[in-house]
Amino acid sequence: MTALFYIAAVVAVLATVLVITRTNLVHALLYLVVSLFAVAVVFFTLGAPFVAALEVIVYAGAIMMLFVFAVMLLNVSADSPLRVPTSAWIGPLLLVAVLLAELIYGIGLSDHALHAGQVGPQQVSDALFGPYVLGVELASMLLLAALIGARHIASQPESPDLEGPQPSSLGADARAGEGGAS
Amino acid sequence: MAAVSLDHGLILAAILFVIGFVGLLTRRNLIVVLACIEIMLNAAGLAFVVAGARWGSPDGQVMFLFVLAMAAAEVAVGLALAIRFRQSLGRLDVDDADEMKG
Repeated sequence: MTALFYIAAVVAVLATVLVITRTNLVHALLYLVVSLFAVAVVFFTLGAPFVAALEVIVYAGAIMMLFVFAVMLLNVSADSPLRVPTSAWIGPLLLVAVLLAELIYGIGLSDHALHAGQVGPQQVSDALFGPYVLGVELASMLLLAALIGARHIASQPESPDLEGPQPSSLGADARAGEGGAS
Repeated sequence: MAAVSLDHGLILAAILFVIGFVGLLTRRNLIVVLACIEIMLNAAGLAFVVAGARWGSPDGQVMFLFVLAMAAAEVAVGLALAIRFRQSLGRLDVDDADEMKG
């Protein structure tokens, strides 16, 4: 299990580096799926099989499918790849390297072994619907708000012509939008 | 079974978070920026799960579920904004967002 953890950790780090360096958007998203799978293996080796399954189902399944659909909908691959000049990478890399060194220093190398054994779905569910039931309700409200917000943002006017609209036609659109909403 | 030390799990979470942060600072494509935010949220969730596994308690996994729900909500709204951005500006470069007037 320990070897499995380190192999999965190396795969996760390499795949994540590839995500932020690829210029082809679809390749980057597929590397992100690989990274999420590797993190799911890490969860499994840590004795959290329920969360490992959710990582695959929700992150790699639902969220990444949303990303890939958005890419297909937007036809982004036809864009010229947005290359950043190498000089723009140096400053952030140095600053973030300092941040990483501080984080590792703060974690402090000591010898806390992890708890042996699994924390299974039943214990997680008991905690989730026991002391954390208010959080579950808040998460449901957050998801409902996100659903309504995404629906509202993504589907605004049918014929926008936002570049140079006539004032009269803009007013007509607004009135039509109000009529449709009510 | 688990002979992995707490520190190695937390260091993995820190490395993944920092990689996502570098991507957030250096990339210009809006979709990649959203993906980098996903990487950072996932790393934060990994830290929660590692800390929960340290004491064999389910609380870390519960917190990961909340992070998961928040990430799903964030990506839904973010991708809807990306679609509107593309429709009104024709590109997905975040540097173009300074022209966005209403």
